[in-house]
Amino acid sequence: MSGPALAIEGLHKSFGSTAVLRGIDLEVAEHEVVCLIGASGSGKSTLLRCVNLLEPIDSGRIVIEGDEITARGVDVDRIRRRIGIVFQAYNLFPHMSVLDNVTLAPRRVLRTPRAQAESEATVLLERFGLADRRHDFPDRLSGGQQQRVAIIRALAMQPDVLLLDEVTSALDPELVAEVLSAIRELAASGMTMLIATHEMGFARDLADRVCFLDAGVILESGPPAQLFEEPREARTRQFLQRIIDAKRL
Amino acid sequence: MTHAGRARGRGFDRRAVRSSVIALVSTVVVFGALIWIVTNAPGWPDVQASFLDPEVFADALPALIRAFAVNIQLFVTAEILVLIFGLLLAILRSLEGPVFFPLRVLATVYTDVFRALPGVLVIFVLGFGIPGLGLVDPTTSPVVFGVLGLTLIYSAYVSEVYRAGIESIHPSQDAAARSLGLSRWQSLRHVIIPQAVRRVVPPILNDFIGLQKDTVLVSFIGAVEIFRTAQIKQAASFNFTPYLAVGLVFIVVTIPLTRLTDWLIARDRRRAAAGGSR
Repeated sequence: MSGPALAIEGLHKSFGSTAVLRGIDLEVAEHEVVCLIGASGSGKSTLLRCVNLLEPIDSGRIVIEGDEITARGVDVDRIRRRIGIVFQAYNLFPHMSVLDNVTLAPRRVLRTPRAQAESEATVLLERFGLADRRHDFPDRLSGGQQQRVAIIRALAMQPDVLLLDEVTSALDPELVAEVLSAIRELAASGMTMLIATHEMGFARDLADRVCFLDAGVILESGPPAQLFEEPREARTRQFLQRIIDAKRL
Repeated sequence: MTHAGRARGRGFDRRAVRSSVIALVSTVVVFGALIWIVTNAPGWPDVQASFLDPEVFADALPALIRAFAVNIQLFVTAEILVLIFGLLLAILRSLEGPVFFPLRVLATVYTDVFRALPGVLVIFVLGFGIPGLGLVDPTTSPVVFGVLGLTLIYSAYVSEVYRAGIESIHPSQDAAARSLGLSRWQSLRHVIIPQAVRRVVPPILNDFIGLQKDTVLVSFIGAVEIFRTAQIKQAASFNFTPYLAVGLVFIVVTIPLTRLTDWLIARDRRRAAAGGSR
């Protein structure tokens, strides 16, 4: 596979008369980790939801591993299997055990036999230190544990690309580290990821590339060292200065 | 309570006894006054003779309880069918996309119409209309049409309860399911409906209390159930006491269900409160 894992071309998205995304062009190579930064309301979450086709787009193209997923007549359920997403609020299924949360999609969508799905899930849960919680229900877990289960649930579908939507924003500060280290582990294993985040330190450490979103466009992008140390755009400098003032960087 | 009582010593006990005594005295006074007013009304002896005749009561009760088996048959069968048909209607109304538009409209019209019609009318039309068509065996029991009528009416109510339950599940649950590649139907089946059903058990039981009482409407199309039996007994004895007995039977059967429903609602509220503070 020579092309990018994910390519977004000229993506526009409005809610009513409010233009949220105003022409996004972005490519993510295989095994690349791209972080989206920007103020609240800059369109980061909307962009991720569009890539997953959870939001219909107004115009533009999204291509995964060479297949245009925004083409007319594609089977969106089939597309979504290839793109995992983890939400800010975990969105675990509260009526199911951890194991059932993780195995639901493999069993129902991929038709994996239960025994096989559960043994694969257990391997993933062990990898992220949650095997002993596999029979617990989500409300028995801490926020950090719930978010790690949500990551595992997405990984169980073996997606080509993983989208992370501010996955630490709803967590108590002392629980952020365990989720970030899970994501680091994923990056080290070569998972292609597009990550919307407020954790600038994390973005600087982990990202191969950082994109600064402002008012629905990618204003500036580059390697973290360049973007954080020598931002070209005034708006980027302003944003980073505010973060520094808030002692978040 | 007992610890606090012991800690505060005899003073607390005395206060507790005192408030119990006050409650008892005020209850006796209020009900005593009511009973005195009713039993001293000018028409009381006549009313007592025609509504509260112990002999007629004792004579009618066994037959009424036997006839109540028909009511039980009516509401148990109808309730099972309502649970299924009501859910089906709710699912039809929850399907997305233009393809399902006709089904959505049909389900909406259905729930509107059957909630608007008086129950006795539906049962009348079915009980006398369907046999009139000549399509079914003319000896078909009115109980069959009664079950059909009650099912049609209460499915409309229960489907609305189910639908409210489905809509009360946060859209992020559907988003999570769909993002994993589940279809809308799979998301409903495995994620949304299981959570919704748990929430709607108390309000559905509430509708079932209404359904159980409405089984007497089936007497109008000739089913010899408890109310019809009471009419027969009343006609034979020129005494209204059998109706009182019918009321008693319904109270005995329905109040436990009412209590259970209230208890379930209170439990859900406590759970929601506990969940919210987490």
